[in-house]
Amino acid sequence: MIPVGFDYARPDTVDGAVALLAEHGEDATLLAGGHSLLPVMKLRLGAPELVIDVGKLTELQYIRVDGDEVAIGAGTRHHTVATSDVLTTECPLMPAVARTVGDPQVRHRGTLGGSLAHADPASDLPAAVLALGGTVVLRSPRGERQVPITGFYTGVFSSVKEPDELIVEVRVPRTARAGWAYEKFVRRANDWAIVGVAVVDGRVGLVNMGPTPLRASQTEAALADGASIEDAAALADQRTEPPTDLAGTAEYRRHLARVLTRRALERAAAVADG
Amino acid sequence: MSIMGTRVVRKEDPVFLSRGATYTDDLTDERLTGALHLTLVRSPLAHGRITGIDVEAAKAAPGVVGVFTAADLEGLSPTLMFPAANRAMVRPFLATDRVRFVGEPVAAVLTEHPYQGQDAAELVEVDYDPLPAVIGLKDSLEGGTVLFEEAGTNLALAFDDQQFDDHFFDDCEVVVTREIVNQRLAAAPLETRAASAAWGEDGRLTLFASSQNAQMARDEVAGWLGIEASQVHVILPDVGGGFGAKIGGDPTFALVAWLAKQVGRPVRWSESRSENMTGMLQGRAQLQTVTIGGRRDGTVLAYRLDVLADAGAYPAIGTFLPFFTRQMAPGVYDIPKVESRARALVTTTTPTGAYRGAGRPEATAAIERAMDLFSAEIGMDPAEVRKLNVVPPDKFPFTTKGGGGGAVYDTGEYAKAIDRVLEAAGYADLRAEQAARRERGDVLQLGIGVSSYVEITGGGEFREDAAVEVHADGTVTVLTGTSPHGQGHATAWAMLASEHLGIPIEKITVKHGDTDLIPRGVGTMGSRSLQTGGVAVYQAAGQLVELAKQRAADLLEASVEDLEVVEGRVTVKGTGSGIDLAELAAKEQLRIDTAFDSGAASFPFGAHVAVVEVDVESGKAVVDRIITVDDAGPVLNPLLAEGQRHGGIAQGISQALLEEVAYDVDGNPLTATFADYGFPSAAELPSFTLVDMETPTPLNPIGAKGIGEAGTIGATPAVQSAVVDAVSHLASATSTCRPPRYGCGRHPGRWEHEMSEKVSITVNGRPTTAEVEPRLLLVHYLRDVVGLKATNIGCDTTSCGACTVLLDGQSVKSCTVLAVQADQQSVTTMEGLSPDPEQLHPVAAAFRAEHGLQCGFCTPGMVMATVSLLEENPHPTEREVRDGLEGNLCRCTGYHNIVRAVLTAAESSGSAS
Ligand SMILES: Cc1cc2nc3c(=O)[nH]c(=O)nc-3n(C[C@H](O)[C@H](O)[C@H](O)COP(=O)(O)OP(=O)(O)OC[C@H]3O[C@@H](n4cnc5c(N)ncnc54)[C@H](O)[C@@H]3O)c2cc1C
Ligand code: FES
Ligand code: FES
Repeated sequence: MIPVGFDYARPDTVDGAVALLAEHGEDATLLAGGHSLLPVMKLRLGAPELVIDVGKLTELQYIRVDGDEVAIGAGTRHHTVATSDVLTTECPLMPAVARTVGDPQVRHRGTLGGSLAHADPASDLPAAVLALGGTVVLRSPRGERQVPITGFYTGVFSSVKEPDELIVEVRVPRTARAGWAYEKFVRRANDWAIVGVAVVDGRVGLVNMGPTPLRASQTEAALADGASIEDAAALADQRTEPPTDLAGTAEYRRHLARVLTRRALERAAAVADG
Repeated sequence: MSIMGTRVVRKEDPVFLSRGATYTDDLTDERLTGALHLTLVRSPLAHGRITGIDVEAAKAAPGVVGVFTAADLEGLSPTLMFPAANRAMVRPFLATDRVRFVGEPVAAVLTEHPYQGQDAAELVEVDYDPLPAVIGLKDSLEGGTVLFEEAGTNLALAFDDQQFDDHFFDDCEVVVTREIVNQRLAAAPLETRAASAAWGEDGRLTLFASSQNAQMARDEVAGWLGIEASQVHVILPDVGGGFGAKIGGDPTFALVAWLAKQVGRPVRWSESRSENMTGMLQGRAQLQTVTIGGRRDGTVLAYRLDVLADAGAYPAIGTFLPFFTRQMAPGVYDIPKVESRARALVTTTTPTGAYRGAGRPEATAAIERAMDLFSAEIGMDPAEVRKLNVVPPDKFPFTTKGGGGGAVYDTGEYAKAIDRVLEAAGYADLRAEQAARRERGDVLQLGIGVSSYVEITGGGEFREDAAVEVHADGTVTVLTGTSPHGQGHATAWAMLASEHLGIPIEKITVKHGDTDLIPRGVGTMGSRSLQTGGVAVYQAAGQLVELAKQRAADLLEASVEDLEVVEGRVTVKGTGSGIDLAELAAKEQLRIDTAFDSGAASFPFGAHVAVVEVDVESGKAVVDRIITVDDAGPVLNPLLAEGQRHGGIAQGISQALLEEVAYDVDGNPLTATFADYGFPSAAELPSFTLVDMETPTPLNPIGAKGIGEAGTIGATPAVQSAVVDAVSHLASATSTCRPPRYGCGRHPGRWEHEMSEKVSITVNGRPTTAEVEPRLLLVHYLRDVVGLKATNIGCDTTSCGACTVLLDGQSVKSCTVLAVQADQQSVTTMEGLSPDPEQLHPVAAAFRAEHGLQCGFCTPGMVMATVSLLEENPHPTEREVRDGLEGNLCRCTGYHNIVRAVLTAAESSGSAS
């Protein structure tokens, strides 16, 4: 199957892309790795008038330590995140999560910015950035702003990102010594998570447990109050709204969230100890 | 030395692994020059009355040459897809007044280019008056809504030659009954359906198609078009898998041919995966009620099987398959009393047909589940109970009490097969390990499943045709009525001819799938090919040797008894004198045309053990080991036979754990893409342990039975049993899943975007440049602009990896990259890796050596993914190989040999460059 026809632009700079976005508004869509956008367009579930290709902008492709944070260019591919020495040392959760995304071919194309922008609650990386308490850096003709990931998502496939804004960077805290783990539950290796749980430094991010990536706030609070892992994990599904679909009922997802949270917390504790 | 029984690598492979096989959609045949492309408008509704169709807007769209609806199809008459079914249930080529399943073709659009077809198809306006969907078999049986008013019932066909007896289980100490769902599956060959038609100036039709049976397709298409079979020339190019779903002709073939005639131009058709997942015949789909009774000492006394079979919206071959399910109902067991009945019902779903096993896996799953239930009830070991009840070796030939008159089993050693598989599995140790885990309360509990099966192969049609000719240049041509699509007949049939002629297989060419060349033949289905078609070749070559000896006797002035054929030469025994077969052929055509008729079906059998780990906290079940004995008599080529077993086992495991075609209550398919349908990759499967056992059949001179379906028949019940076994000590809790309704978006075509972009892409080291539509996918750029057809398309959802190429050295799925995105970059396809079939790249060579390909459709993508994988990880473990290939699907091989090939390539070349 093939997409509905569209116009195509490949600006040379991020500012050029932002200018085009501003000019064309809702009719335009950014194309980064294309691994969320093109499948949607091929099934004709989406049909932008103008596609602005930012996939070749090297400006957006970097990983560097910046103070207490690691700054990751939005155009960085999953494969690059997965194999980054800087991240493996400074923020090991990110490469571990990136390795679970799709399959090698998907990871060779998909980008961190695209994954965050797409705002699919079943995606892995948004929940990881959420558990890390990271920041999204957005650029528009009005300039740049930083949005904490905790305030970024507003619903299924939606965020506070304005149509004329482009994600330029994702900032995650350096967490070299923190305990961390990612538990992704799938039936087939390259499937989307039925449920995923990212844990770092006592914070818990949930994949596919509601319209947006969520923090298991009750679990985090209980841990802070000194509860056991077992007891804290039993609260992981509170204040979640998991979907029911072919892969599982909401009830099953709640169960999985509790089991996986316990396992992730146990693994994270082992990492922190070791 | 005999070539039979040896591991000969395939003759097909060098081409498949270099420039790639040629599937129907790859054809550049000159007869198809200027062909139009067919796009079908399909029903989005499970059941409804068509109140109007407006084709005007579509007709005005760019590139549209014609739009057709049922009203236009003069000369194509609706047909009953299975002759014995209810006469009122005919299937139109395009829906007339009513649609009966999502995906049913409603209108046909012909365009110059396939992209235009998709745009225009969306402009065909169809108005529907929705009617209630009929999804469940019990609902269908109740008949609240009937699909065919003229029929007045949803019953398509009843198999009721046995009346159920109320006192059937009276003499049993223990009786257990259970309802079992044998869920609907998609055959899902990686190549979807495709056909191309061209009419010659002589008024004859040439039809290129993807099918398992050239001659059957010819006869069916001729029938649908109302012309003589002699007016139709069917040519089957390479076929990318079938698994039963490509048996014979598809009604769309006739539509393609009719349209080509109508517009006076050739027409091509190749469906998308989404269309395939609703349009191609599907398999299984039975609701079974089993009742089993016997004594507490383990003796089974009575077995009853009651089947409701889902025919789908229009009765096709699936309507008939319960016949086999009933015939094979008692399986390997000598049960004193057996009774069964079946009813096939129409529902508002995709029609059903044969899928690997076709009626027999359903029978095996039912009886094996029943044996487990019975064993559990009396507290005996399930393997013991099986052995107690099997037909003993001295009772063969054994006439069963299956339905429809039963079956006559030729030969069998059922208890021996069970013993062997238990021994190979280390059954006692497994049970001890299981007990220990239960004792400890481990999270990962062990389940052990045992199944024992017998099946029918080579049934129905017992005859197959063959011809063998030796040419004056010493080469040999073999013609066969079989139509392979991954099974390796080009190699196996060459071995059979070589055995008699002593001519090396390199000089023997096997031709198939061309009805002008081979007018008579049955084709490849039901695991029949070797024991009918292969034996016909063997017989023809044997007869050719006799003919050659007779002719040589005069020339050599020797008596026929003193002559033998060695290495392609008739020689006088014990002397050096003789004459080459080639020389004889130069004098007079040296050819034998023959047919072999086995006269009866054969009954291969075996036993499987599955070892499954179930995570009792998350519910995830993973198959740890599969050990199988599959006895199909003497094996001609172990490499090929093992490949068949691997592929079947993988599909069998997958039925037990992953696959199901699902519908919501309104009849919307929930699994219409590979993203939603649970097709496994290498990452979800283990390697398999195969145990050999050979019990010959007396039905043919080589003693061979069929091996093609053993895996799906034996593995599914073994895995099901293992999962149940793993948690049988825990209290059971079930949860049900009511899937939501999925929406579907529609966008009118948009051709104001006629903008084109210039792209420069280096392909296999060669610069290419073209002006392209921005929406052109890289895979179409490679196939249609550059003309490199090895890279295939197997899905719409970036799931299958058949399209994998290297982009600047890294694997990508070229169906999800725009050509414009690859501008200024370099692409490597399989053709670039091994430009010369004689000099395969180390990875390609390893695929050949390990038999890592069958139909070859996944192969180009699999090879490219492997190259990328080894680049990133030159020395992977088996686990890393399986995970590294998670983005590539293969329906044929079960991945076992693919994984071996990757490991071999890693060993031989370190890092592939
Ligand atoms: C087969 C398959 C399996 C997958 N499995 C998983 C999985 O298991 N887990 C998972 O998390 N993901 C999975 N994905 C999705 C994959 O990770 C995508 O790559 C990712 O979600 C989107 O990144 P992209 O760069 O490809 O974005 P694109 O597809 O190019 O764009 C996606 C959306 O984001 C917007 N966008 C892109 N970049 C920016 C930017 N810099 N600023 C603002 N907006 C932007 C686009 O306009 C578009 O709306 C899978 C995809 C496929 C095809
Ligand atoms: S065609 Fe299936 S992934 Fe590209
Ligand atoms: S799909 Fe046929 S060989 Fe892989």
